[in-house]
Amino acid sequence: MSRVLVGVKRVIDYAVKIRVKPDHSGVVTDGVKHSMNPFCEIAVEEAVKLKEKKLIKEVVAVSCGPTQVTETIRTALAMGCDRGIHVEVSGKDYEAMGPLQISKIFAALAKKEEASLIILGKQAIDDDCNQTGQMTAALLDWPQGTFASEVTIDGEKVKVVREIDGGLETIKISMPAVLTADLRLNTPRYATLPNIMKAKKKKIANMKPADLGVDMVSRVEVLRVDEPPTRLAGVKVETVDDLVAKLRANGTI
Amino acid sequence: MHREDISPCKSWTSTEYIIGVTVLTFVLLYLVNLERTTEAWVTDLQHCKLQLPIMALRSAVCRLLVNPQRCAIISASRSQGSAAPAQKDAEKASEKKAKAPKVQFNWRDGLELEGQLTEEEIMIRDSFRDYCQDKLMPRILMANRNEVFHRDIVSEMGELGVLGPTIKGYGCAGTSYVAYGLIAREVERVDSGYRSVMSVQSSLVMHPIYAYGTEEQKEKWLPRLARGEILGCFGLTEPNHGSDPGGMETRAKFNPSSHTFTLTGSKTWITNSPVADIAVVWAKCDDGKVRGFILERGMKGFTTPKIEGKFSLRASATGMIIMDEVEVPEENLLPKVSGLGGPFGCLNNARYGIAWGSLGAAEFCFHAARQYTLDRIQFGVPLARNQLMQKKMADMLTEITIGLQACLQLGRLIDAKKAAPEMISMLKRNSCGKSLDIARQARDMLGGNGISDEYHIIRHVMNLEAVNTYEGTHDIHALILGRAITGLQSFTVNN
Repeated sequence: MSRVLVGVKRVIDYAVKIRVKPDHSGVVTDGVKHSMNPFCEIAVEEAVKLKEKKLIKEVVAVSCGPTQVTETIRTALAMGCDRGIHVEVSGKDYEAMGPLQISKIFAALAKKEEASLIILGKQAIDDDCNQTGQMTAALLDWPQGTFASEVTIDGEKVKVVREIDGGLETIKISMPAVLTADLRLNTPRYATLPNIMKAKKKKIANMKPADLGVDMVSRVEVLRVDEPPTRLAGVKVETVDDLVAKLRANGTI
Repeated sequence: MHREDISPCKSWTSTEYIIGVTVLTFVLLYLVNLERTTEAWVTDLQHCKLQLPIMALRSAVCRLLVNPQRCAIISASRSQGSAAPAQKDAEKASEKKAKAPKVQFNWRDGLELEGQLTEEEIMIRDSFRDYCQDKLMPRILMANRNEVFHRDIVSEMGELGVLGPTIKGYGCAGTSYVAYGLIAREVERVDSGYRSVMSVQSSLVMHPIYAYGTEEQKEKWLPRLARGEILGCFGLTEPNHGSDPGGMETRAKFNPSSHTFTLTGSKTWITNSPVADIAVVWAKCDDGKVRGFILERGMKGFTTPKIEGKFSLRASATGMIIMDEVEVPEENLLPKVSGLGGPFGCLNNARYGIAWGSLGAAEFCFHAARQYTLDRIQFGVPLARNQLMQKKMADMLTEITIGLQACLQLGRLIDAKKAAPEMISMLKRNSCGKSLDIARQARDMLGGNGISDEYHIIRHVMNLEAVNTYEGTHDIHALILGRAITGLQSFTVNN
């Protein structure tokens, strides 16, 4: 029987209108509503479903960030995870944190917790990187089943149906493995009242990246953040000749 | 305006003095006026920032008036001189948040209720809010229009564990009364009919069985009620006895030979009754005392006709309970209470939920009216630009915010077992009365569109008429409070 690590990221809620900070160093996060990344919700739901089918024994929810991320871990616990791990990262380290650092943390945790599966969301809705799952698998030298829309555990192997550009691809990979959840994998449950109350008693362990031997130095520097350019009004032309002339004039042809 | 070329205390002639003061006064007035017009165009945040240069000017004027000496004039002119460019800087810097006050007013949560809730209460509210907005909101338009009761919602709510949430054990969550209130508020934000169904099941069916029933009765009924597997209803009101339940005509005769009670009578305005599996009915026994009985669907003589032609709470099924010599086994008697204290205990439980709930309906109407008046342009400006609209919204915001604070305090008192029934009466009456008024105002703000159920507000207006009336009318609660205030009862004409 196995243990699954699920990554949950605290991101700005999908319904919030994003505003860029006046100094263009990032987006405004103070006082803005945050919630669990939707793809992480799907990952948690999948892990809890596997546990309910008795295919895995324990689900551990992991999040990296400042104290506020414990709210996100509690939501995962309320959905059915057994315990949580909060990897404390704050200040400059948190602002510079990216997929590379997270995947190093997950790789270290996977070895420490002797996990047989890591399930992550395919990407986060704030940075849209779609890298953490793949990097984690590479660091651990584990097989990966990304963009999963269907997951079936078959003994020591996992059958994954992946959503790819051309359609659906089915692969069979051996455990331990990394999976990333895509939109149609499942519909996350609402946390029920009894589970929310049980979540209070579940443990959230606290640790720092240094405890796992991970250095948080980022190789990426954000130079500037801008809003998308405002959409300009269209121009109407009378004839095709006018159109060609205009396109020539602004250098398109 | 800088006068650094003049040494600090050069003496002036009186003419120069008068000219200087006059010029200064005009300049000051001009600048203060500039402030006022600028204020009219900036947002709330920026308004606060411009206070600083205004204050600088005010202090200059004060110094001038208090100390009309030449040194003061010069220092005033200097400060005023530095105030002018500072004011321009402030205008430029109004985009930056350099001098903003730390706390920004949140019209959605006027008195920071959020900070007064525990993490668990917030999670419960958020999870249930998502369910209500995702699963209940899409159904309500047609359910209300066509008077359809979706029995499924009871099972769905049961799965989420929100039925009988304050009960400990028997498959219930055992959470705080504040959480119950938050749940009621979220469901009533969608529809008062749905909240009525939840209130009846939780406070009027599960609560009496929990508070007044035997262990066998609790084991038999509570888990199934909690899951929403079976639906219950509460039979107290009669066609001839609404506000005076003590005068009820339903009788329960005990038959010693068969150990059963024979119930005869009728109850009306019973939420859920047409589709209920069980009914908790209150009847007068041979000794003249009111007691509670559990009637089960299928008992001979027990029928539940639907009440037609309702214009309120259309998404919930309402009917009568007709009992024609129904044989009820004595195991179905709720033994731990007799007298009107029994039903009133249940009603107080439900009334508390309604106090929170009706404010949820009011919040929906307020937010909807705000959005509508921001979007709709008349005479070239949004409706929300008008003073009449803003006054109405200010009143709504105030009542909702204050009402919620009161409900929170009441919830905490109930959890600490320090609440009196009159407190609940006071808040049920306040929340329902104010919410009905808010809904009506909001309907008015939407103009013609306000009467269309597509905009939902008219549905809340209709529903809140019933909510204001049931569980003790607005006036009856006034009498309850009047008796507590004066010691004199005014329910009856006799003493």
